[in-house]
Amino acid sequence: MQTAWRNIQGPALAILGSLLIGALIMLLSGHNPIEGYGAMLSGALAGRNAANLASTLARAAPIVGMGLCAAIAFRAGFFNLGGEGQLVLGGLTAALVALNLPLPPVLTLPLTVLAAMAAGGVWALLPAWAQFNFRVPLLISSLLLNYPARFFASYVVVNLVRDVQTGMPQTRQIAPELQLPLLITGTQLHAGVFVTLIAVAIAALVIGRTVAGYRLRMAGLNPTFARYGGAPMERLGYGVMFASGAVAGLVGAIEILGVNYRFIDEALTIPQYAWVGLMAALLSNSSPVGVLMTGLFFSAVQTGGFGMERATEIPRELSRVLQAIVILLVAARGGFRLSGDR
Amino acid sequence: MSLPPLLDETLLNSTFRFITPILLAALGGLICERAGVFNIALEGLMLTGAFFAVAGSYHAQNAFAGVLAAMVAGALVAFIFAALAIGLRGNMIVIGIALNLLVAGGTVFLLRTMFDVRGAFQDPRIAGLGKITLPVVDQIAILGPILSGHSWVVYLSWALVLATQVLLFHHRLGLRLRGVGEQPEAAETLGVNVGAIRFGAIIASGVLCGLAGAQLSLGQVTLFVENMSGGRGWIAVVAVMLGQAHPIGVFLASVLFGFADSIGFRLQGVGLPSQFTSMVPYVVTLIALFITQARRRRVALGQ
Repeated sequence: MQTAWRNIQGPALAILGSLLIGALIMLLSGHNPIEGYGAMLSGALAGRNAANLASTLARAAPIVGMGLCAAIAFRAGFFNLGGEGQLVLGGLTAALVALNLPLPPVLTLPLTVLAAMAAGGVWALLPAWAQFNFRVPLLISSLLLNYPARFFASYVVVNLVRDVQTGMPQTRQIAPELQLPLLITGTQLHAGVFVTLIAVAIAALVIGRTVAGYRLRMAGLNPTFARYGGAPMERLGYGVMFASGAVAGLVGAIEILGVNYRFIDEALTIPQYAWVGLMAALLSNSSPVGVLMTGLFFSAVQTGGFGMERATEIPRELSRVLQAIVILLVAARGGFRLSGDR
Repeated sequence: MSLPPLLDETLLNSTFRFITPILLAALGGLICERAGVFNIALEGLMLTGAFFAVAGSYHAQNAFAGVLAAMVAGALVAFIFAALAIGLRGNMIVIGIALNLLVAGGTVFLLRTMFDVRGAFQDPRIAGLGKITLPVVDQIAILGPILSGHSWVVYLSWALVLATQVLLFHHRLGLRLRGVGEQPEAAETLGVNVGAIRFGAIIASGVLCGLAGAQLSLGQVTLFVENMSGGRGWIAVVAVMLGQAHPIGVFLASVLFGFADSIGFRLQGVGLPSQFTSMVPYVVTLIALFITQARRRRVALGQ
């Protein structure tokens, strides 16, 4: 009980602090914080037939997924800031495979997901390769690689596979048999949420209970010791980055198959899934199960932000401000014991 | 004497405009790097500057007031960085990432609250930085049109390269700064306040990034667009590495990236898909990073 409290004490206080600062911001911009937070709460959880709660859960799927992507890399001491590019390439690949593979759906569906994971994973290998062979800091190369990935996906969807019927910068819609079923009709809650849960469970088991997971944790805590202990650091690093990118690719595939049913230019980047997920990973100290909690929380803050904007005219971007302040406050308390590998 | 078609005077003139934001932010990053601070908040600090330059210029209807507001705002955000990273010994990388995200969301929030717009803010009341025509230089063939006709921030940035050089290598403060970066324990023993020097370096980077943002939103254009720094702060981080934290080296690296930026912009006019031309600066940055790190490694291995 006491250790449990110690684990959540930091994040809890940081969240409280950020809500207080948020209240101050609302006051300064001429709004009533009680009204603001009330609208935020109902925007996140209430609604007719708890529709807002369903939205929060549906939005949590990509956030938790991208949180997992970041957490896997962070735990091993790699600052993978390239989640966005890995996510976009995964999504693009999923749409292209789902649209063009002439196989029965029962085969196409898993192949789509695997192809998306491979795309995200391979893109994430690039910064690892550059770090191991040329000492290019992974933090920077992974971030810079987001831009070419995004522009490339945009080029493909605008110029090569654009849906001629709508004329919008998006692909055609994928076949109905490939679309993930909705769990509750009339909401956005789709079966992909379960896939995310399974991914979290697998990551928790692998990191917590296997030799590879032990090495990954050691590499993150003390790279020199891990190398001395005989862990194959480079192979581990490639494995970790591939897994991290593959999770991002999976998130892309789920969004295509379960939400958008097609690849839409910028649909995966505008909601900032990769960055919110990264913050969820930081807040949970990169624990997969913790990411589930913090991802849900950040998702609620975001959907709550939409509700708040509808009800009170406080701009929804306050959510993004609150999230960043949470991370700043946790960081201020020395809540991150990452090796900080550049 | 004439230049090849794409490489004309307009391109080279615009290159200097594109160099400036990267150069100024990189000078800030350089000062931090020399003091032993890895500052990856350059992106957010620059975006802060871009926003407050427009906000200040709009309210005072004076470009100089805008630049001043940008520098003060940059310093304030840098103060948060310094207070958390130096004062409370938080993880600099995490704080840097969080600050970038705070500014990205915060500027959009302010855009809505202060000006009631989303996406971009443009208004005739925003005074842009004027162009200065250099006497004499203006008359020189080729060089004239390239070097003349920029905003004063551009010329200031060149002076700041020299000032940084002098400060770092010919001034007591620079000696202390480098000492703090290279041998913090030794510097401490000699009575140098390591924390204070690092704090100051971060604030200086905030001011320089604020200036960089002002050039972005008042020099190149006269408006603020959501997320208009667009990765230039990160390119500046690479420029510091590429220039090996040396003012002249950082200047040359910024010239390379500014050139890539402007040529990407220019190639759009030739009919290449905009997605590929937009990629140019980032790809050039990655390749440059790659080549120098690889070369440095060979040197380190004695090959």
